[in-house]
Amino acid sequence: MALAIEARALRRTYRTRTGWLNPRRVEIDAVRGVDLDVRRGELFGLLGPNGAGKTTTIKLLNTLLIPTAGSARVCGFDVVTQTREVRRRIGYVFGGDRGLYDRLSALDNLRYFAELYGVPAAAQKRRIGELLELVGLTGRERDRVEGYSRGMRQRLHIARGLLHEPEVLFLDEPSIGVDPVAARELRSTVAGLAATGTTVLLTTHYMAEAEELCDRIAVIAGGEIQALGTADELKHYAQGRRVLEVEAFGVTDAQVQGIAALPGVRAAGVEVIGAGQVLTVASEAAVDVQSDVLRALDGVRLGRVTARQPTLEDAYVAIVNGVDRPSVAVAA
Amino acid sequence: MRLVRLVARGTLLHVKQMSRSQFEIATALFVPLVQATLAVYLFRAGSEPHRMLEAAVGAGMMAVWTSVLFGSGGAIQMQRWQGTLEMLMLSPRPPALLIFPITLATAVTGTYAMVATLLWGGLVYRIPLDIAHPLAFVVSVPAAILGLGMFGLLLASTFVLVPNANAVNNALEYPVWLVSGMLVPITVLPGWTGPIGAALPTTWAARAVRESVTGAGPVWPSLGICLAISAACLVAGAAVMSYVERRARANATLALA
Repeated sequence: MALAIEARALRRTYRTRTGWLNPRRVEIDAVRGVDLDVRRGELFGLLGPNGAGKTTTIKLLNTLLIPTAGSARVCGFDVVTQTREVRRRIGYVFGGDRGLYDRLSALDNLRYFAELYGVPAAAQKRRIGELLELVGLTGRERDRVEGYSRGMRQRLHIARGLLHEPEVLFLDEPSIGVDPVAARELRSTVAGLAATGTTVLLTTHYMAEAEELCDRIAVIAGGEIQALGTADELKHYAQGRRVLEVEAFGVTDAQVQGIAALPGVRAAGVEVIGAGQVLTVASEAAVDVQSDVLRALDGVRLGRVTARQPTLEDAYVAIVNGVDRPSVAVAA
Repeated sequence: MRLVRLVARGTLLHVKQMSRSQFEIATALFVPLVQATLAVYLFRAGSEPHRMLEAAVGAGMMAVWTSVLFGSGGAIQMQRWQGTLEMLMLSPRPPALLIFPITLATAVTGTYAMVATLLWGGLVYRIPLDIAHPLAFVVSVPAAILGLGMFGLLLASTFVLVPNANAVNNALEYPVWLVSGMLVPITVLPGWTGPIGAALPTTWAARAVRESVTGAGPVWPSLGICLAISAACLVAGAAVMSYVERRARANATLALA
């Protein structure tokens, strides 16, 4: 089996020092022994909460960071000793507003990075034109990037990441802060890339995005891979559960805690959506908690009440809730 | 040829990026005026008022040095803030080739400071542009600037590693002005500063430009020494930069967080 990415016992500890008179050294284990195999042409998702180690893992694999321990290879090349070989074969796209020359046009940005990645001068114009077309920026390429929307910047990031036709593309939360329509276009672009044989490693917070796009998904939390498989395989982590969703207006924290403590309830959480709330209660499959939950919500104005099968998000919550946070060591 | 293209395109990109910053534009407008005023009043107060042009050129060189020093450190810090430092380092090129265009761009914007200082001197203080060797002046200014750009690479290598490069900048600006004889003649400085000044390309750059203005000496030897020291700095900077890039990856200082 040809592997695009292989990581063995990958570890990264950040060391910082604070204070002059009484210095303290702080060590944070961001990644704690990650093992990962990504096949060539695979679209692989890395899911995890903030601070789980997703970005650090990507930066270890794309050569921006050196591992504290362990090893990793991309397209067969070691990320520490064969940096240049790895860099020729990878693209990196991250979410957010940064990473571009804002006061210059998209064309200026793309031309310079085409030069940096050694795209032959004769091919640059054609390649840039193709990519502008692919990401829907044709006609806006001479405008300054500072006037672009978040979605347009993100698409420019992707165009830049693809200039040299990388074998492996690292996408670090590319849809963060992007509106739903732009996010859908982005997903379609990513799916198209995978269809042409590009290996994609995608980190995201959005379950629907991961479920729609990824062949396999790893859930990382506390710096370690907690679960790995297809979306359907991961849903088994929420097996033996049923989920009750209640639309409500004015549920208090005390009520949520009371519901979480009911017999048979495994987890309860409330999410604010527009003017209302959605209370999600996960319970053991054999226990019907609906009447107890509704009793606990006595006096609260309620909307629709639905019972449903667990989703990938439920499985993700089940996996992540059972994990300790990464360790922080402080030394004087 | 491809390397020349890469450096040229990189320099052009960074010059464009820097020249569109409102802060840079405001600084570029007013700092040369301050420099010209400083030079004029220093020399008027002294016993050699006829050397006003020399003073203005010296002030212009100070502006070039300030631009290279703050530009090298500031530009790299700016790349870090923009998130572009990681993107540059991620390309499959030696790190020196990624940073050199930045330092060269700061030197090019410094050229503007030299021209502006002379213009302000002429407009406000009526300093005539009476240059002894115009051809030598036209060659020595860009050559000196290129030299300082190469020196900037060595400085920049420390700035990739140290996120708080501004502290280093502040400590280096005035001492180098002084020991390089940009404004005050080296002869009036304590003897122990001589070897330090002689080792700095800034000293020889300032001397070459001054010689072209006054005709007090042959320009080319000074310019040659300036470029030789600068070339050595470029080679040392390129070597150090590869080491520093690896350290920055180990210490996680390429990004802000």
